[in-house]
Amino acid sequence: MAKFKTPLLDQLESGPWPSFVTDMKEMAKTKEEVNDLLGLLELSYKDKVGHWKHGGIVGVFGYGGGVIGRYTDRPDLFPGVEAFHTLRVNQPSSKFYTTEYLRKLCDIWEKHGSGMTNMHGSTGDIILLGCKTDELEPTFYDLTHDLGTDLGGSGSVLRSPACCIGKARCEFSCLDTQLLCHGITNEYQDELHRPAFPYKFKFKISGCANDCVASIARADCSIIGTWKDDIRIDQEAVRAYVAGEFAPDGGAFSGRDWGPFDITKEVVDLCPTRCMNWDGKNLKINNRECNRCMHCINVMPRALKVGLEQGATILVGGKAPILEGAQLSTLVIPFMEMQPPFDEFKAFVDKMWDWWMEEGRNRERIGELIQRKGMQEFIEVTEIKAVPQMIDHPRENPYIFWKEEEVEGGFTRDIHKYRKEHTI
Amino acid sequence: MPKVEYKGDSWMVDDDGFIDDFENWNQNWVEYTIGTEGVTEMTEDHWKLVNYIQEYFKEYGIAPMVRLLTKNTGFKLKYMYELFPSGPAKGACKVAGLPKPTGCV
Ligand code: SF4
Ligand code: SF4
Repeated sequence: MAKFKTPLLDQLESGPWPSFVTDMKEMAKTKEEVNDLLGLLELSYKDKVGHWKHGGIVGVFGYGGGVIGRYTDRPDLFPGVEAFHTLRVNQPSSKFYTTEYLRKLCDIWEKHGSGMTNMHGSTGDIILLGCKTDELEPTFYDLTHDLGTDLGGSGSVLRSPACCIGKARCEFSCLDTQLLCHGITNEYQDELHRPAFPYKFKFKISGCANDCVASIARADCSIIGTWKDDIRIDQEAVRAYVAGEFAPDGGAFSGRDWGPFDITKEVVDLCPTRCMNWDGKNLKINNRECNRCMHCINVMPRALKVGLEQGATILVGGKAPILEGAQLSTLVIPFMEMQPPFDEFKAFVDKMWDWWMEEGRNRERIGELIQRKGMQEFIEVTEIKAVPQMIDHPRENPYIFWKEEEVEGGFTRDIHKYRKEHTI
Repeated sequence: MPKVEYKGDSWMVDDDGFIDDFENWNQNWVEYTIGTEGVTEMTEDHWKLVNYIQEYFKEYGIAPMVRLLTKNTGFKLKYMYELFPSGPAKGACKVAGLPKPTGCV
């Protein structure tokens, strides 16, 4: 029986899609607090304000992150959600589950909490919604002992690293994304659970430039698979695409008639670096100019394959708008080999973090610190050599300046006098 | 705000059990809070951390960032969690009588 009348929420159930309201009503049959939650949400819709208080520090012993405190400001009306904390549970790499794991997870959560989950939060974690303060430790105990899993990150920590499905199922992957994701999760346990950073830090790993986890837009450090050698071409298969024997894009756009496949229009002319040529029989690629964008491979996967000398491109500084506006990650290392134990990568990460922890202000993401201090300082402290692949176009060079000691013979001009005549 | 009592003293605390005002901090508060934060006894090292947090708070009005804690006490992060199992923010700051830190530590 519904405890509260919820006309505003009920309306959400009338749309064509499954509704969380229906799910919550189902859960409310066995969980009293979910009834209160429905009532609270209805009141929020009516009052047009949230009825959760801001912040809250709760946690489990040994960890400084992983639990987000939630208290309602109307415990008088909805006592079941007086304390209704959120637990983040570290998802497995690429989110591969057995049904057994999921069943156990739900059992643990129905035993200790509200039974409501969010699969998954935008960082990637499994989100368990609605835990009373006293149940935090028992939930944590069961998660770690019975399920062999762990809490994820929250607050100013390394957030749970996330990756695309990678080599497990995707032929485009140039990277064992799961191995790397699992590897860095284990390597940086302290950073993940015990806040010591100026603010949050996210690693996201995509096996290729299609970037299915949107690492370039969401991660402080994006790791994107790429290759060094040539795209592998099967000319026979190219001709088969042109002859209409294979559906382009793996048949993804077959819902509408686009006319016969036009390789010039759909592939060659759309190559961002214009490095392809089709003479009616053979497809040629000038691999020196190719920037590994994946477009041609996506369109003709049976004919074109990623190269065999594989590794990753590392980019830094992506984030959603917080203090400053949204920012995409900037390329800092065009190619790095990515073989376990990933020592080269870890050495880079350590240098980057040392600098950020030393210089970063409270709540300053690394991308904002780079904006404030300059990319030049970043590549100096991380001991990266500036190379042409780091920039878009010649003379659009945003961050490399010569220093006096780097110029043979030094500067002979008086820079101040020069700047007076040539203002920037 | 709920009220808590211990050995004849009483304090107003927030939802997470942080003191309402640093002015009301005293020895009894320490004894009372270590019980909830998993500390059995305040050793010299516990005090070193608490003292530093209090000094910083008196000067700047906020809790110090974790990096400053490690730098000024010489304690490794892991060791701070051994001292205060609920961590510097929830544990040490609470015992030190700071109002709830807002995302600093
Ligand atoms: S990012 Fe690339 S490798 Fe990863 S799943 Fe997407 S297409 Fe495949
Ligand atoms: S991967 Fe992109 S840049 Fe390279 S050849 Fe194909 S379309 Fe051109």
